[in-house]
Parts: sequence; structure tokens; C-alpha cells
Amino acid sequence: MTTPMRPAYSQESPFKIHGGCGLVGICDESGTRFSGSVAIEAMAVQHDRGNGLGGGFAGYGIYPEFPDHFAFHMMYHDLQAKEEAEKLFDEYFQVDLAEPMPTRPVKGITDAPLLWRYFLQPYPAKLELSELTPEDYVVHVVMLINSTIDGAFVASSGKNMGAFKGVGYPEQIGHYFLLEEYEGHTWVGHNRFPTNTPGWWGGAHPFTLLDWSIVHNGEISSYGINSRYLEQFGYKCTLGTDTEVAAYLFDLLLRRHKLPLALACKALASPLWEEIDRMGPEEAALMTSLRAVYGPALLNGPFAIVLGFNGGMVALNDRIKLRPLVAARKGSVLCVASEESAIRQIISAPDAVWAPKAGEPVIARIKGMDWPIHGDLHLAPSEISCAVTGVEASCEIVEVA
Amino acid sequence: MLTSFIQPEFKVEIDRDKCIKCGRCVQQCGWGVYSFAERPIPDDSKCRACHRCVTYCPAHCITIKRNELVFRDSENWSPALRKAVWRQSESGGVMLTSMGNDKPYQRIFDYLVLDACQVTNPSIDPLREPMELKTFIGRKPDSVEVESDGEGGYRLAPGAGMENNIELATPIMFGGMSYGSVSLNVHKSLAMAASRLGITMNTGEGGLHADLYPYTDNVIVQCASGRFGVDADYLNRGVAIEIKVGQGAKPGIGGHLPGEKINKEVSTTRMIPQGTDAISPAPHHDIYSIEDLRQLIYSLKEASGYKPVGVKIACVHNVAAIASGVVRAGADYVYLDGFKGGTGAAPQIIRDHVGIPIEIAIAVVDQRLRDEGIRNQASIIAAGSIRSSADMAKAIALGADAVAIGSAALIALGCHVCQSCHTGCCSWGITTQKPELTRRLDPEWGAERLTNLVHAWSHELQEILGALGVNAVESLRGSRERLRAIGLDASTCEILGVKPAGM
Repeated sequence: MTTPMRPAYSQESPFKIHGGCGLVGICDESGTRFSGSVAIEAMAVQHDRGNGLGGGFAGYGIYPEFPDHFAFHMMYHDLQAKEEAEKLFDEYFQVDLAEPMPTRPVKGITDAPLLWRYFLQPYPAKLELSELTPEDYVVHVVMLINSTIDGAFVASSGKNMGAFKGVGYPEQIGHYFLLEEYEGHTWVGHNRFPTNTPGWWGGAHPFTLLDWSIVHNGEISSYGINSRYLEQFGYKCTLGTDTEVAAYLFDLLLRRHKLPLALACKALASPLWEEIDRMGPEEAALMTSLRAVYGPALLNGPFAIVLGFNGGMVALNDRIKLRPLVAARKGSVLCVASEESAIRQIISAPDAVWAPKAGEPVIARIKGMDWPIHGDLHLAPSEISCAVTGVEASCEIVEVA
Repeated sequence: MLTSFIQPEFKVEIDRDKCIKCGRCVQQCGWGVYSFAERPIPDDSKCRACHRCVTYCPAHCITIKRNELVFRDSENWSPALRKAVWRQSESGGVMLTSMGNDKPYQRIFDYLVLDACQVTNPSIDPLREPMELKTFIGRKPDSVEVESDGEGGYRLAPGAGMENNIELATPIMFGGMSYGSVSLNVHKSLAMAASRLGITMNTGEGGLHADLYPYTDNVIVQCASGRFGVDADYLNRGVAIEIKVGQGAKPGIGGHLPGEKINKEVSTTRMIPQGTDAISPAPHHDIYSIEDLRQLIYSLKEASGYKPVGVKIACVHNVAAIASGVVRAGADYVYLDGFKGGTGAAPQIIRDHVGIPIEIAIAVVDQRLRDEGIRNQASIIAAGSIRSSADMAKAIALGADAVAIGSAALIALGCHVCQSCHTGCCSWGITTQKPELTRRLDPEWGAERLTNLVHAWSHELQEILGALGVNAVESLRGSRERLRAIGLDASTCEILGVKPAGM
């Protein structure tokens, strides 16, 4: 009897993943949680932006009963992979709950891997011995599982959040995972149109690391240098996808280099030199340094990206806007999507709808939540990109208590 | 007895029907090929095939042909080797030559191809969209530290941000070529062009002539083992200082500018007596180890108010470890000179047999600096036969921050690569100090040709970037994913970090 080949995390790495995609990001800045069915609806409208080879969601605030545990969503090809991974969990973490992911049969969803979730806390003594922050400790385990255990894949590893993804259209995947039963304050969704990837569940998006989740439409033409830059800082880009690179870059710039979010976005989608030349001397010096230092981090090529995290989300377009991204606001709800139709599907009569400018981030921030990012964010109205004039007032960021 | 077995390499043929007997060939030839007795009479043995006479003959009646003397075939004893033995058994000396290695080693650039975008990601039209080539050469901090400016924005934290860097409008520099080995008019052409282009020229080791002072914002001053022309003013004049440790054409070898080239101007600029030989020792006599280099780097920084200090090394077997040491010693850039790099004079045996290709050197140095987490601490300049914008794009994709061109710049000025710079008789007025020859090169004309060349290459680089779907050169830099190899062996591919085509 021959055993079928066990998919390795690195399975996709020999390929550069090409493809288009659809995406959505919804955040209620008041912190009110709402059902994942809203995200499913927005993705269903964008059905044709994918080809059924990958769909997924990430929700934040979905595990209020375990707010301080690292929630690991795992995919296993077989029981052996599960045993190996669980052995590793036992070694590194106190496992407070381990259970199969709730799912329901959905037509069209086949060949699902074993799906489990774990709520984990690092052993304090072990954490102290490692001389790592809890976050770096978790990243270490994630990299360990993904690079050493064939057939095991960490779908998400953050606190009070989770990624739900697989091979299928996003609305199918959403129903498969019973997302309507989860409530979150921020949701991101993704529909994938890969053109040369083997259909496997780990390859679907969003891609996550710790609290960060990324959905991404585009192809990053600078992938080669971006991944080599990250390798210098210990990141292993084993998945070979643009999304993985984008997630690691955000992690590097925000968490490790402690750049404010607005500036991290400027590093990833930098202003043109001719724009910098028009700036005042202080700002020009900052931007020049940012470009010169983070040139290898510049995401070049067409992309629209949504970064979700506990506390909000950021949507960003490439520096010359080669992929679609539309934003809208109604009251405290900020929504971004590849197509305006997706927004109109879930928000009736939005206060404002606009096309964010190239390279200028759209930022949603949950009121009262700890901002996970260094520094405080005060965006002046002029910094909020509004192609439609007259809507600046409605785009104002909610004041944080 | 016969004085030589060596027959002329070329035959100079004059179409007597067309010749108008004007004598211009006699006047133009720097080698004294022609005598005139009612008509020009060539001496084939002196011809270097530099085409000066051909170019300036008003009747177009001169042809230079290879002297097709047939030798009995031997793959082992090529005619060139037989001639070398004859020549050395005549003279007992070291054979001198110039320009770069002309042996048929594999030119790796020619086995690398670039990527382009199709469908899944769009190519970008450089005629319609911005396509940025601006490049900073020098040390960059690990990260950018900022502080709030109190008005909702941010500014650089005190002491943070980029240090003193050299700003280049396009990732091309002119490589170091000394005044003495080339003429002052060449230096003027390079300096004027660099100034117009927003790039840099490099003095080489021969000092900086006063006529170049107006252009010093675009000049890198070199400090080599002979220390010619080096004083405090010199170090402070340029935008950066370069310590020349080695040269691709002659790794481990010093320099020798014969006394007959040291005229009054060269003597003043080099700060040595007129007519004396200018000898650059093989090593710097104050650098016998890496810590000595560190001391020199910081002495030069102290002397110049902390200008960027780069170090030029020849690409040799252990170049990655050497470059790593150079960066850790405090260099702001490492200038890698490949074994095909040019020279004004070098022993042929060294030029043709010592050193490694620039492609390999860029790849291993870039990777080593990344492995050690110090890639941001210094820029990599690649030189040693960058022959076209394609070579430049491939060098950048392998990991170079910028390229330096020397031979290409001289070819733009009229050099025909006759490999006779060391004779000091250059008919094109480039590598000579004879006033009747140097006056042939008008600096204004030269500057225009150099400006055209760099503009042309920059436009071509923009086309390449556009096809690659990126709009800034930093997105190509080190992006080996955009290169593929055709016909390179597996270990070379691995060293280069480049996949074979089809993968």
C-alpha cells in the first residue's frame, strides 16, 4: 500500500504564486461585534474574482472567552502530523482547550484536512528561559511547525482571533466553518484566483502571523528582494507567496522596528522622489531616510492589501494604484473591498464612498482598544485619502478615549 | 641574426587609386606607422588597429586587416603563446598590456536572462509612469527611528536617519582612472558629465587637478598606496573618499606610471617631481591587516568631517570574507572590481590569469553581508566590465547598489580597445600626456558623449524595470528571483542564487 504524499508547508515554495483576487475588510470602530455572515455576503458578491481554488476569512474579537490565549487554528494532513504538532504544543505551551473546528458539510467542499484549534499559553518558566517575548516565542513555534512538521500547518496563531480558510469559494468556506455563529469587530475576507498553485488548504488566504492577518490582491514584483531582506531578520519565507512576505514586513516594521503605522505604510508603498522633493526639509529628510533604509521592503508591483489586527485594520494600495480598492464609511463602520458592489451589498446608503489614493493607507481603529502599534496615531483629515471631495468630515477617525 | 620572429599582427592597406596623398594618416597616427615619400607608406609592425587613421582619412582609402599568417595547427600552442615565448626570449621582461582581460573566459552576464511581466502582473510603461533610478550609496541604519513632531506627524529622532550618503541620479558611477594614466581632458570630460548627470567621477590615484575644482560635488577622491596628490584639502574636496586596495585587472599588483608621462601638470597634481616614475606599491604600507584598514578609514573620516569612505578591492577567491571585513572595518561602500576590469598598464600574466568574475563576486558578497546582517551598513559598487545596460541590470539584480564604468566611458570617448594604453601613444588622445595627442579630445564634446551614454543606459534600465513591473530600482536590487540562467552549471547557479530557466 502506498501512502499519499504528505503536503509540506513548503509545498508551494518552488512556485511563485500568480493570480488575481477579491478582498474585503470590515471594521466597526465602536468595537461592536457583528456576525461573520456579513463578510460572507460581501465576498459572495465578488464570486467571479476567484476560481474556487481558495477562499478564507479572519475575524477579530471572536473568542471573548479566551481573550488572552494564543488561539492556534491548525490544519493536519493526517493523524501523525497532528500527534507531532501536539507533542510540540505540550512541550511549549499550557494547552487549556483542544477541540476540532466546528464545521458543517457544504456541497463543493471536499478533501478538507483535519481541522483543530487550540487555546494556548506559554509555560512561564519555559518562556523566561527562552529570553523571548511571548510574541517571539509564539513566532518561533509557528516557524518550527511550518518548517519541520510535514503535513501540519498553522492557519492562525493570534489572540482572540482566527483564520478560516480552505479550497473553495469564500462563501462556501464561510458556511463550512459556520462563520455566522462567530461575532467579531473586524473581519477580512479573501477570494483567490491562483493560476499555478496546487489546491491545498494551507495555501488559501488570509495569511496570518500572531495577530496580523493579511488579505491581498496582486502580485508583488519585488518579491525576490523583499524575501531576501526578511531573511536577514530571521523570517523564513517558506510559503513563497506575496501575502506571507507582506505579513512579515508589517511584523518587522511595526512590531520589531516600532515604526508608526502611517510610516510603515509609507515604507511599503513609498512616495515618489518627485513628491519628496516638494516636501518641507524635515519631512523630506524623514521620507528620504525611510526610502533609503527600507528600499528592500518596498512592495513594488500591483497590490491592494488589507491588514487586520486586534484593534483595527489598514487597507493599502500600491504606489501607483494598479489594483482596485474602494472604501466606504457609515457611522462607525469602515469597509474596504475590491469592488464597490461588495460594499453596497452589506452597507446600505453609506455616508461616503471613495477610492483611496495610491500608497495612502485607509485606517480603521477600534475605540478603546489597546493600539498594538507603537506610538499613537493622529491622522489629520488631509492625511485620510479621499478622492471624493467633501467627505473628509465623515472620514474622520473616531477619537479614542 | 634576426632581431625578432614576431611578424606584424595587422596589415595596413591603402587603396592607392583613392588615396589623395593628403598625409593626414601620417599626422593622425600616434604610433608612427606612416612615413611619407610622395605617398603614405605604412609600417605594419607598428599598427595597433586603433582606427584613428581609418576614421580620419578623407578618402576612406585605408583598411586594417588581420595579418592572416598561417601557423601549423596546435590547440596547445596557440600563435599567441608562441609569440609570447618569442617576445620574452627576446626581452627577458614582463609583458605589459592594458584594458581588460581579453581571454575567452565564460562571461556569466551573457548566460543570465531577465524576467518580464505578463497578464498576472502588469508591466509598467516608463514613458507614461514614473520610473525611479535615484540611488544612495553609503551606510544606512538598521531601522528608522522617529518621534512625534507634536503636530500629529513624525520627524526623525535626534541622530536617527540616514548618514552621509552619496546621492546618484542613476545607479552608474565613473570608475577610478587617474590623471596621468588618462589625459586631463578625459578627466574634465568625466567631471563635467558627472556634474550634468548627477552622478560621480572618480579621480583614480593621481590626484585632483585644479581645473576640476568646480565639479567637486560630483567627484570621489581616491587614496591609493602611492598617496599621490593626497593632502587634507584633497580629502575634503570630493563627496567621498575611496581607498583603493586593489584593481580587478591586476589584483595584488601595484602601479607604475613611467617618468616620461610625468609632465609639469601631472607632477603638480600628483605632488611628485617632474619626470620621476610614479610607483604605487602593491600593498598600502600602512595596511598590513584589516585593523589597519579600519584605522585608515577612520583617519580619513576624521580628516574629512566624516565623509563616506569606500574601499575598492579586486575580486579574488575569498572576496566575500574580505568584503565582510571591509564593511566591519567601517567602509561605507565596497567597490568590487571584477577580473575583466580595465587598466592603463598591467603585466599581461596577471591581467589574464588572476581574479574572479564580477558576477560571482557580487553574488557572494551580497549574500555574505546579508547572512551577517550587515548588508545595510555598506553599498556594493560593481565594476570590472559592465558593458551595457543589460550588464548593469543583471549586476543590480544580483545585489549591486550601483555599477561603475571605466572602459565603457573611454570607449564613448573614442577608445577602440587596442589595449596599448601603457605605451602612452594613444592616437585618440585618451591615455597619453603628449600635448599634440591630448588636444584631440575636446572636454565639452567628451562630456556630451558621456552624458549621452549614461542617459541611454538609464533609459534602457527604465525600460527593463518597466517590463519587470516595478517602478523603482530598489525593487530590482538583489532581486535574483527576476534572473534565470541559461547554460550555467548547477554549482554556478547555486553560487549566484539564480534558478535555471524553466524553474
